Amino acid sequence: MSDFFSSFWTLFISAGTLGGIGWMIYLLITNSTTKAPPPGEDVKSTGHEWDGIEELNNPLPFWWVAMFYLTIFFGLGYLVFYPGLGAAKGILGWSSAAEHSAEVALAEEKFGPIYQQYASIDIVELAKDDKANRTGGRLFATYCSVCHGSDARGARGFPNLTDDDWLYGGTPEQIKTTIMNGRQGAMPAWKASLGDEGVRNVASYVMSLSGREAPAEEIAAGQKTFSTMCAACHQADGTGMHALGAPNLTDNTWLYGSSRGYIEQTIANGRKGIMPPHKELLGENKVHILAAYIYSLNQK
Amino acid sequence: MSDLASSEQYNYKVVRQFAIMTIVWGIIGMAVGVTIAAQLAWPVLNFDLPWFSFGRLRPLHTNAVIFAFGGSALFATSYYVVQRTCYTSLFSPRLASFTFWGWQAIILAAIITLPLGYTSSKEYAELEWPIDLLIGAVWVSYAVVFFGTIVKRKVKHIYVANWFYGGFIITVAVLHIFNSMALPVGPLKSYSMYSGVQDAMIQWWYGHNAVGFFLTAGFLGIMYYFIPKQANRPVYSYRLSVVHFWALSFTYIWAGPHHLHFTALPDWTQSLGMVMSLILLAPSWGGMINGIMTLSGSWEKLRSDPILKFLIVSVSFYGMSTFEGPMMAIKTVNALSHYTDWTIGHVHSGALGWVAFISIGSMYYLIPRLFNREIYNTKLVETHFWIATIGVVLYIAAMWISGVMQGLMWRAINDDGTLTYSFVESVSAMHPFYVIRFLGGALFLTGMVIMAYNLAKTIAGAKPAVAEVPVPVAH
Repeated sequence: MSDFFSSFWTLFISAGTLGGIGWMIYLLITNSTTKAPPPGEDVKSTGHEWDGIEELNNPLPFWWVAMFYLTIFFGLGYLVFYPGLGAAKGILGWSSAAEHSAEVALAEEKFGPIYQQYASIDIVELAKDDKANRTGGRLFATYCSVCHGSDARGARGFPNLTDDDWLYGGTPEQIKTTIMNGRQGAMPAWKASLGDEGVRNVASYVMSLSGREAPAEEIAAGQKTFSTMCAACHQADGTGMHALGAPNLTDNTWLYGSSRGYIEQTIANGRKGIMPPHKELLGENKVHILAAYIYSLNQK
Repeated sequence: MSDLASSEQYNYKVVRQFAIMTIVWGIIGMAVGVTIAAQLAWPVLNFDLPWFSFGRLRPLHTNAVIFAFGGSALFATSYYVVQRTCYTSLFSPRLASFTFWGWQAIILAAIITLPLGYTSSKEYAELEWPIDLLIGAVWVSYAVVFFGTIVKRKVKHIYVANWFYGGFIITVAVLHIFNSMALPVGPLKSYSMYSGVQDAMIQWWYGHNAVGFFLTAGFLGIMYYFIPKQANRPVYSYRLSVVHFWALSFTYIWAGPHHLHFTALPDWTQSLGMVMSLILLAPSWGGMINGIMTLSGSWEKLRSDPILKFLIVSVSFYGMSTFEGPMMAIKTVNALSHYTDWTIGHVHSGALGWVAFISIGSMYYLIPRLFNREIYNTKLVETHFWIATIGVVLYIAAMWISGVMQGLMWRAINDDGTLTYSFVESVSAMHPFYVIRFLGGALFLTGMVIMAYNLAKTIAGAKPAVAEVPVPVAH
């Protein structure tokens, strides 16, 4: 697509650029007429004086003028070869988009086979390959560590990948699917329908699921709510569901914090966890190696 | 010059006010700079306080040093220089007074709103729209006072320092007004009138010319008066001043796109930005040559006069950063330097080495004269000079090393095409250089405090100087 909707702009830009450069050349020529005084004579002042300051009439330094012309001619030459004067493409026909595509194609040609050789190996087998894991680890450091941490142990809101607790399942294929297509975890907000007290009761019941202390009457009230409102995703026994990414509430792994305050916050306001898809960004072959690396993290 | 005196007096009051505030804002702005340098080296110093965090204080630092410190120095020197070289007092003293109080109000508003998080998010133009309007009003008043004074000058020719001040005032008005165009949606919230890459281009057209005109053309005005005066030598070449003034004014305006290399900015715009940035080398060096060569024939003065040291070393730093700038604008170099600390080092070799040094030199010249006193302690000026020089060198050397290292780490790849270093590895590699940068900045700030002490002692108990406007000799 052209950057311009009318050829006027090419003329406008060219006139401004070339006119300005031409004007600088004119300035250089007209101000180069001053010559150095003959040997033995001092350079004269212009005859003006302001607050005691005079100006000498020294000629423009030769090396400086030469440097000025050099940059001007380099600049004009550059504009002949490269785009610059509006829609003019330059005689090399260069564009940053084409250069980028060429570099990507070159990288694909050079590095593609390295990833291709692993593509047919089963993830479970690949997870035992040290060389593949070194590559996978470096991919992880570049693309995943920002959220999941450089040790893959995650952070609040970002799952730990080194334990046995999986929101969307920990089989090699499930891990790969997660990386390829991303995931969108949505915990709805319940504050409007449950009220503060209802939120508190459900939090008490949820805490009791992993064996923590909470007032008995709150647990009883919360259990009732849980079985109607929460069990659809988290299941009646609170063990969660991989298909929906609903966490297991009976263990001691807490994605958004384990304190009562955090649990109540989660129930009241909901949560939205987003794992971005990487199919387009990395391609399946790299994701394959990455999946094997992540799978290897909890095979030790 | 003439012995005859008219009954008119120079307006030194507004010059004095701006000169004193130059020192005050210099210390405050640089103290904020040292604080955020420490926060980068030791993030715990953010204290989890939103208003004290790096993101809020960084724009406060840039606004305080550029517009409060640099701006006050420009107002003070330009009001002084335009009067003395036009042999007339300031046009409209009341408007001049308004520019002082208005400018201070703007700075105060910045000090309050920026830490509170009110920002237009445009770099070096973060202040929200009501403050932008006040800036516009003060700036137009400044132009009226300055050009009004030029109009009522008693000599035919306009001195070169005033060309640069005039060019700076006009261009900054245009830049500020067009870049700040926004749609207000609340008392302290607005949206830019431009969107996407156009917004980015307008922003860097403004941003680079804030450097080119606010921090360069204006300070060249300072250079053209204070170096010849302090050295007591004529300006080296009138011809050179003509060519480099017009060439600098023309070329700078085009250089902004080099901030947007390798972005969505169209190829043609990037090319033009690079070409014009390269051509800018010679016009920039014209100023350096004229400054340094003005001293030719009396180089020995550099040995004994610390004020001249500040002025001449500032012009040397100017030459160095205006060589570095065009090099960094070349796309191949920019591919390495962009987004790294190299840029920060480059900016500070200009901001500390050039802008701050020449402001400091001119204030050492100006403030004693505004109070009819000799400097309290010249040795302390010498001490200030060396502390500040070591500070700048530490700062920029640390940022060069850190920046080039970052650039190289980011592009290093393994045999399998993966990146050799993750981002956080490049961050931790920068740590020692962040500590050195902090030390460099702290030294520079120490120098400013020494200066404040020395000048406070100089003017303690002094009466403001009164100067009659002399009648110029005919020329």
